[in-house]
Amino acid sequence: MLNISGTQINFLKVRVITFILSAILIFLSIGAFFVNGLNFGIDFKGGTLIEIETSQEIEISGLRDNLNTLELGDVQVQEFGSNKNLLIRVEQQLGGDQVQQDVVQIVKDSLGSYLSSDINFRRTEVVGPKVSGELIQSGAIAIFVAVFAMLVYIWFRFEWQFSLGAVLALVHDVILTIGVFCITQLEFNLPIIAAILTIVGYSMNDTVVVYDRVRENLRKYRSKEITDLLNLSINDTLSRTIVTSVTTLLALLSLFIFGGEVIKGFTFAMIWGVIVGTYSSIFVAAPLLRYLDVKREWNTTSAVDSTR
Amino acid sequence: MLYFSNLKTFSVLSVIIITLFFAVPNFFSKDQINSFPNFIPKQQVNLGLDLQGGSHLLLEVDTEEIIKERVENLNADVRRVLKKNNLNYSNFKVSNESLKFVVEGFNSEIQKEISELSMSNSQNILAMGDQTNLIITQEENTVQINFTEEFIKQSVSNAVAQSLEIVRRRIDELGTREPSIQRQGSSRIIIQLPGIDDPDRIKSLLGQTAKLTFQLVDTSVNFDPFNPSKAPIGSEILASDADEEFKYIVKKRIMVGGENLVDAQPGFDPQTNEPIVSFRFDRIGATKFGRVTQQNVGKPFAIVLDNKVISAPVIREAILGGSGQISGGFDSEEANDLAILLRAGALPAPLIILEERSVGPDLGADSIEAGQFAAIIGFIAVIIFMIFVYRYFGLLADIALIINLFMVLGVLSLFQATLTLPGIAGIILTIGMAVDANVLIFERVKEEIRNGSNMMNAVENGYKRALSTILDANITTLIAAIILFFMASGPVRGFSITLAIGIFTSVFTAFTFTRLLISFNAKRLKPNFVGLSKNA
Repeated sequence: MLNISGTQINFLKVRVITFILSAILIFLSIGAFFVNGLNFGIDFKGGTLIEIETSQEIEISGLRDNLNTLELGDVQVQEFGSNKNLLIRVEQQLGGDQVQQDVVQIVKDSLGSYLSSDINFRRTEVVGPKVSGELIQSGAIAIFVAVFAMLVYIWFRFEWQFSLGAVLALVHDVILTIGVFCITQLEFNLPIIAAILTIVGYSMNDTVVVYDRVRENLRKYRSKEITDLLNLSINDTLSRTIVTSVTTLLALLSLFIFGGEVIKGFTFAMIWGVIVGTYSSIFVAAPLLRYLDVKREWNTTSAVDSTR
Repeated sequence: MLYFSNLKTFSVLSVIIITLFFAVPNFFSKDQINSFPNFIPKQQVNLGLDLQGGSHLLLEVDTEEIIKERVENLNADVRRVLKKNNLNYSNFKVSNESLKFVVEGFNSEIQKEISELSMSNSQNILAMGDQTNLIITQEENTVQINFTEEFIKQSVSNAVAQSLEIVRRRIDELGTREPSIQRQGSSRIIIQLPGIDDPDRIKSLLGQTAKLTFQLVDTSVNFDPFNPSKAPIGSEILASDADEEFKYIVKKRIMVGGENLVDAQPGFDPQTNEPIVSFRFDRIGATKFGRVTQQNVGKPFAIVLDNKVISAPVIREAILGGSGQISGGFDSEEANDLAILLRAGALPAPLIILEERSVGPDLGADSIEAGQFAAIIGFIAVIIFMIFVYRYFGLLADIALIINLFMVLGVLSLFQATLTLPGIAGIILTIGMAVDANVLIFERVKEEIRNGSNMMNAVENGYKRALSTILDANITTLIAAIILFFMASGPVRGFSITLAIGIFTSVFTAFTFTRLLISFNAKRLKPNFVGLSKNA
């Protein structure tokens, strides 16, 4: 029988170490962002993506060389799940939205004459410069709005100290998620934005549960030292934090392994986000409260108090 | 909290059963559903294009082109009025949105005349009660004429509405299955074409404005068709549709335009067996065409489509019947497409394709299969883990989880929301997160027991205390889902939908269904039922 209840781990004792660890990771993420940058997919960079399935195995380098003679700029060819499934990416062409449409036909014609095997065109995506510009903008706005909405919500439900702590932890999670995409150079596309937003929600969910307990304990133990109180609150909720993270990760791992190539990037981001979000709730969000001078005199009959 | 009145039990179970009822059609084939009696719902989950295969196109009406055309018309109107009043103008400048010229003797009379002419030429665009569509400013002898902003906006809006209608007609003519054609924002059109993974033909149909005109060929000059000199005033040089290099000199005046066509059908020339398009004019068109052909027997005229000459036959005799045929060396599909374009009418402005996303039926089917498999495996893993941690209560949470999944499916079918690949991911994520509400409750229950409560009180208080935490925790995720819904479109939007539905159903089942199950067994509950050892 698994029993994590009643633990008395001193989480705040290691706060200096975890803060330094987080600082290093953030530094690395920001560094990677400026050095490597994000590997934008066609959603944000514009261009053409064609996924094909062939009846025979294809020698990729030959095909790549062949497509690169078309003078369409950078053409990438990569295996997608198996060596009969290929992903062809053509960079955005100069000359506006209308020109992008020609690429598909040129590539299709070229594939037809170069490959002797049957070709099944599984997916074709063409994103012009106008739309890609808008998508990146609305993606950035969405993340910003989400974080801001969380700030307001927590402020409303708790106190500004909690709101600030939670949002710092959130920003930490978002930076680390974007950072991992900069370092791994995995493709960053529209579903990744969705994943980041979900991470924002999930991480907040985790943090709120811990904070809720902190608030409850603040009412209960009015004279308890804040460090002890925070430790107690983290331990009180530790079991739940772990169980929920494990069930979520179980579901996501299954999706990552069996869910197919198309959403692998999305699932990877989610898995990373759940791990980072869980870590940050325990080691960033809660310890931060120690420095934020939380209010000790909670009115036990306040309207917000529905926990007892 | 553990006591449920009969009414409450009844309503909880009804809500669940009704929702589950709507999920039923998803487990049967279309044929089986059709044979269902009428009281059983028949709507299956609406699959997104990424799952059923299909094509998504985002088009934009070239609004600059519309404004340009308006300014050109205004240009002609103004010059006509100035000429009529014998005014000499100079420095005539036509810019993107305005006209500017220097003239002597420009007065309010002439200003009124221009306004009235411009108004009468734009009747169909003006909003009711508009006094004028022009802003005319005069500084000494320099006159500047602009359209009002309202008029420009109205022109663009009209053109987009008209384009939408013509796009719809063109696509309907192709007999596409359940296409969805919607306006987005001020000047965009979204087209969803289920079942079409290679939209080449549709793209080429939409890529043409299909402006058809009949114009006389200018025979007053001799020229080299491969290297024509300048066209005489009132004529223009147009390329042949079949051969870009081959040019015609054609009179600018339009004999008859495509707007006077009432029908166009593909067919074959009985003599040459060549594919042709035969057409019929309306009464006005027939009269005009008859008059011009009568006066120009023996001369060639050009059939011009989108500024390219399809053919230039010689008029053998006056064509008075109002019908004719176009042969331009096309194959039968081209003839068919041209007939479609002519029937559907010309677009007021060119359409630009901004985005295309097409998915073949194989990939969609593969995605569904992979998604289902991942869901089942994830589901089994979570179920086992929950029983491992919470024993009997874990089992109850698992039953709730199963109910939950079917409820998500039921709600999706009921509201006909679109399920996409990221949407499936959302459901799988929900499997992992849905147990959270129950986990929070069970942890509270354990805590209460450790603090000395008896089992019944522990469960009571567990529910009571967990409530606000559960709400807070789920509202944050819901906020993220809502923001995603409004920001995203297409497949990603499907994710926000399943995520949001999953949040509602999981909180609902935790607070009603699991609790109901526990209350049924309230008297027999023991601490080890929630995963605590007996002596804890």
